[in-house]
Amino acid sequence: MAYSDKVIDHYENPRNVGKLDDSSKNVGTGMVGAPACGDVMRLQIKVNDDGIIEDAKFKTYGCGSAIASSSLLTEWVKGKSIDDAEQIKNTEIAEELALPPVKIHCSVLAEDAIKAAVRDVREKQDS
Amino acid sequence: MNLPIYLDYASTTPVDPAVADKMMQFLTPTGQFGNPASRSHVFGWQAEAAVEDARTDVATLIGADPREIVWTSGATEANNLAIKGCAHFNQRKGKHVITSKIEHKAVLDTCRQLEREGWEVTYLEPDSNGLIQPQMVADAIRQDTTVVSIMHVNNELGTLNDIAAIGAICRENKVFFHVDAAQSAGKTPIDVEAMNVDMMSFSAHKIYGPKGIGALFVRRKPRVRIEAQMHGGGHERGMRSGTLPTHQIVGMGEAFKLGFENLAEESARIEALRTRLWEGVSDMEEVHLNGSEDQHVPGIVNISFAFVEGESLIMALRDLAVSSGSACTSASLEPSYVLRALGLNDEMAHSSIRFSIGRYTTEQDIDDAIAKVRHAVEKLRELSPLWDMFKDGVDLDTVEWAAH
Repeated sequence: MAYSDKVIDHYENPRNVGKLDDSSKNVGTGMVGAPACGDVMRLQIKVNDDGIIEDAKFKTYGCGSAIASSSLLTEWVKGKSIDDAEQIKNTEIAEELALPPVKIHCSVLAEDAIKAAVRDVREKQDS
Repeated sequence: MNLPIYLDYASTTPVDPAVADKMMQFLTPTGQFGNPASRSHVFGWQAEAAVEDARTDVATLIGADPREIVWTSGATEANNLAIKGCAHFNQRKGKHVITSKIEHKAVLDTCRQLEREGWEVTYLEPDSNGLIQPQMVADAIRQDTTVVSIMHVNNELGTLNDIAAIGAICRENKVFFHVDAAQSAGKTPIDVEAMNVDMMSFSAHKIYGPKGIGALFVRRKPRVRIEAQMHGGGHERGMRSGTLPTHQIVGMGEAFKLGFENLAEESARIEALRTRLWEGVSDMEEVHLNGSEDQHVPGIVNISFAFVEGESLIMALRDLAVSSGSACTSASLEPSYVLRALGLNDEMAHSSIRFSIGRYTTEQDIDDAIAKVRHAVEKLRELSPLWDMFKDGVDLDTVEWAAH
C-alpha cells in the first residue's frame, strides 16, 4: 500500500491530537466505529456561545487513512459554525487526501464523527 | 533509495547467490538447456542428470528416497496434488477429509473444492497456542476418512505441530497423512520415516530458492497412489506432466542442499535473533506473543500490540518490511483467519505484526527494528482513543460501539 504524502504527513505531524473535557456543556464528543472493524474515531469540539467551533481534538485507532481523515477534519472545523461543520462531506476529505477507493470508508467515518460530535453538543445545550 | 529492513522471510526469501549462479548454468546456448526428457542426445542426458542430482538433494533433507520426489510449480500445486489426488484415488473407501482451520489457503481452498465435489471435510480448531494436538486428529477420524492434512509449521504464527505423533495416529487408523512443510523445510529437521508422513509439500522460495518451483514427497513404501492433476506426457511417473524446468529444479536442489548443510548453525543464529527481538519489545505494556512459547520455528514471531491498529503500525514501520494480521491490508475488512481461530478478539487480530527473520538478517537489523517498533507503538498509542480508555480503566468489552 503506497501512502499518499498527505496521509503520511498527518501521521508524522498530527494536528490537534488530544482530549477535551467531556463534562463541559460546550464540548461535543463523537465516538464512531468499532474495534472489530479496525476503526475507532473520537472527535471532540469545543463550541463557544456563538456556535463557533473554537477548538477540536481527535484520537483515532485505525489505519493511516483513518488517522489522516480525522486529523484533517479537526483542522477544517476550527473556526466554523457547527451548522457548517455538519455539512462537511466525506468526498471532500477523500479528495483532499487522495484516498483510494478501498479507503473511502475512512472519510465516511470522519463525516459520521463530526456529525456525532455536533449532535452531542446540541443535545447538551438543549437540555 | 534506502530500502526497508527486510523482516518478511516467511513471505518469500531472496535467492541465495550460490543458487542463482548454479541456475544460470542451465539456461543459455552455452549452458545445459536441454529438455530432461530427451533421451536421444547429450543435451537431454545432461539436463536429466542435473535434475536427478537435485532430486537427491531434496530427498536428503527429508530422509526420503529420490524416487519419492515429484516436482511441481510450488507448494500450492503440491498441496492441490496431494489432497485432491489422494482423496480422488481413494474415494471408494470414503469421502471424509480432516484438516485444520489454520492451514494455508492452498490447503483450505482445495478442501473447499472437494466439498463442492461431494466430500465432507472436518476443519480442526487449534488450541489457544495455535497448535493442532494429536488427540484432536484421533477424535476426528472416522471409518470413511481417507486423508488428513496438517501443516508442519504455520506461516502466520511460526508454531510447530507434532507431526510424528499425528502421523502415528494416522498410521494406526490406516489414513493417509499429508503435511504442508513449506515453512519448515530447512528450518527444522524433517524425517519422513520417523514422522510417519505419506505426502509432504515443499516450496523453494521459502528457503532461498527461486519462486515457481516446489515438490511433493509421495511415499513408496507403503505405496501411496494419487491421481494426477496435470495431464500430458506422463512425467514424474505419471503423477505430474509437464517439461521439467531444469534451471528451477537445480535451483531448488541447491537451496535444499545449502539448507541441509546450514540447518543447525543457521537455526541457532536465527533463534537468538528472534529472542533478541522479542526481549526488545516485550517489556512494553500490553504486548502479546501469538502462538506457542516453546513449540515454534526459529524465524517467525507474531506479536500483538494492543490498542494500536495493524495497518497504521505497518505504515509507521515503513522502514521495516513486515506483515500484518490486519484486515486493512487484505481486500476484505476481516482480520486474519488464523488469529481469529486462536480465539483472538478482532481488536487483537487487527493489532498484530508478523516478523520473520532469515539468512541475511543481522543483529543491527534487529536492534534497528526494535527501536522503530517501540517508537511507532508509543506514538500510535498517543493517538489511540482505545489506549486512553484502557488507561482510564474502561473495559472495552462493555462499550457499545456505533459501528456502521
